[in-house]
Amino acid sequence: MKNIFAVAGIVIKELYRRKDFYVLFILTVLVCLIMGSVNVFNDKHVVRYLKELCLLLIWVSSLVIAITTTARQIPAEREQRTLLPLLAKPLTRTQLIFGKFLGCWLACGLVLICFYIFFGALAASRDHAWPLLNYFQAAFLHWIALGVVVAFALLGSLVFAAPSSNSTISFVIVATILTLGRYLDAVALAQPEPFRSLVYALYYAIPHLEIPFEMRNLIVHDWPLIGWNFIALETLYLLAYAVAFLVAACLVFRRKPVN
Amino acid sequence: MNVIQVESLTVCYQKPGLKRLTFDAVKQLSFEVHQGEVFGFLGPNGAGKTTTMNVLLGFVPPTRGAASLFGIDVRQPIARQRIGYLPELTYYYKFLTAEELLRFYAKIFSLPHAETDRRIDQLLKLVELEHARKRPIKSYSKGMQQRVGLAQALINNPDLLILDEPTSGLDPLGRMKVREIIQRLKNEGKTVFFSSHELGEVETVCDRVAIIHQGELKAVGRVNEITGQHASLEKAFLDIIGFQTTTAP
Repeated sequence: MKNIFAVAGIVIKELYRRKDFYVLFILTVLVCLIMGSVNVFNDKHVVRYLKELCLLLIWVSSLVIAITTTARQIPAEREQRTLLPLLAKPLTRTQLIFGKFLGCWLACGLVLICFYIFFGALAASRDHAWPLLNYFQAAFLHWIALGVVVAFALLGSLVFAAPSSNSTISFVIVATILTLGRYLDAVALAQPEPFRSLVYALYYAIPHLEIPFEMRNLIVHDWPLIGWNFIALETLYLLAYAVAFLVAACLVFRRKPVN
Repeated sequence: MNVIQVESLTVCYQKPGLKRLTFDAVKQLSFEVHQGEVFGFLGPNGAGKTTTMNVLLGFVPPTRGAASLFGIDVRQPIARQRIGYLPELTYYYKFLTAEELLRFYAKIFSLPHAETDRRIDQLLKLVELEHARKRPIKSYSKGMQQRVGLAQALINNPDLLILDEPTSGLDPLGRMKVREIIQRLKNEGKTVFFSSHELGEVETVCDRVAIIHQGELKAVGRVNEITGQHASLEKAFLDIIGFQTTTAP
């Protein structure tokens, strides 16, 4: 476990010493502040649009950070040849994969804390309310969903040769799941066999990230809290996918030549 | 007990392509390295030196034969507890300082905090990087990067040091510094196993050498035995690998 935390610590250090996060954070802040300073249609509920936009930007930024940070981890270790002295020490490949995963996931958690604090402050400046538990539920499921994305991108970094191709493919797949994943069953119904079975199989095989994504509505429309049992079940469901991707990554990495 | 024991080692790689053709990168290689000696591992490019090192480090499994470090099969991660490894031309994490890098590697060896601090001070002094310990590695010259690499290889106070082309790409001053460090480690009783193309350097620091060509061991012994009738180790090396010089003497 010590080795996993040591590797994770390096990933977190890398994130806060690079400029990616700061650029995305400043962009999000600027866009939200500019949008928040105008009321185009004199709509008294304009704060909802502002919150929706801000949460969407937080989702996009967090996905960009999660995917790009994860996608470059193992390829950079290979390219810079730091993988060699690392694996020449009493560190197993499985520990390295889990360390990289934990580091990227925790780094995403830190990023989300910054983003949600900004969001809370922005919303409170207009709404004069702090629905902290709603924010916690949304941010928590958001973080768990990023765990699936990080594990998926980590697996991709071992399958695809270049970090850029992995980032693009991962981003397209995650965006498709977030926007179209829930409609696959309806698509399946309209298909003849054997496509119907295939689409159904795909519907049940993909990790459904829609619930964490739609938690934005909980905050935007001031809906009541979701049951904690449901949050726990959703967490287990998503973590099962993250573990499955990690196990696959370990199996792929075990067969990969080091140099 | 030998520090390194390689017995009838054969490593086959698959050639890229649809046909599942293989070639032997290392063939029936046998040698041993004794406690406290500096052992040079020589051969032209593609001779199988790095493959052999990769087997010793557990990166590549032997196809046939066996290799052990301190009597432990190289496939066991515990075999790497007492070794330090410096790969050729490595660019360490640019966003870390030398001190942070060494602290990270010390954590992997589960060194206690006080011991880690002591070793970091000692190693940065040894590789003459004390003045740059708080500077990010991205600001280091090539020679400084190589020396920080040497420091990371020594963080666990290893009994065996495996160095892959430790002076590759360094200027004469950098080479001399690395050579001095190897010499100092030898005086401390460490076993050093290193590959190099710098035969003059090998002649200076090595007790014994092995020459490998096309995956096969061509010669192994003390430097003066290998040099024999030849004027230098370089001439002996060229003769052993069967290289015919085209220029007139």
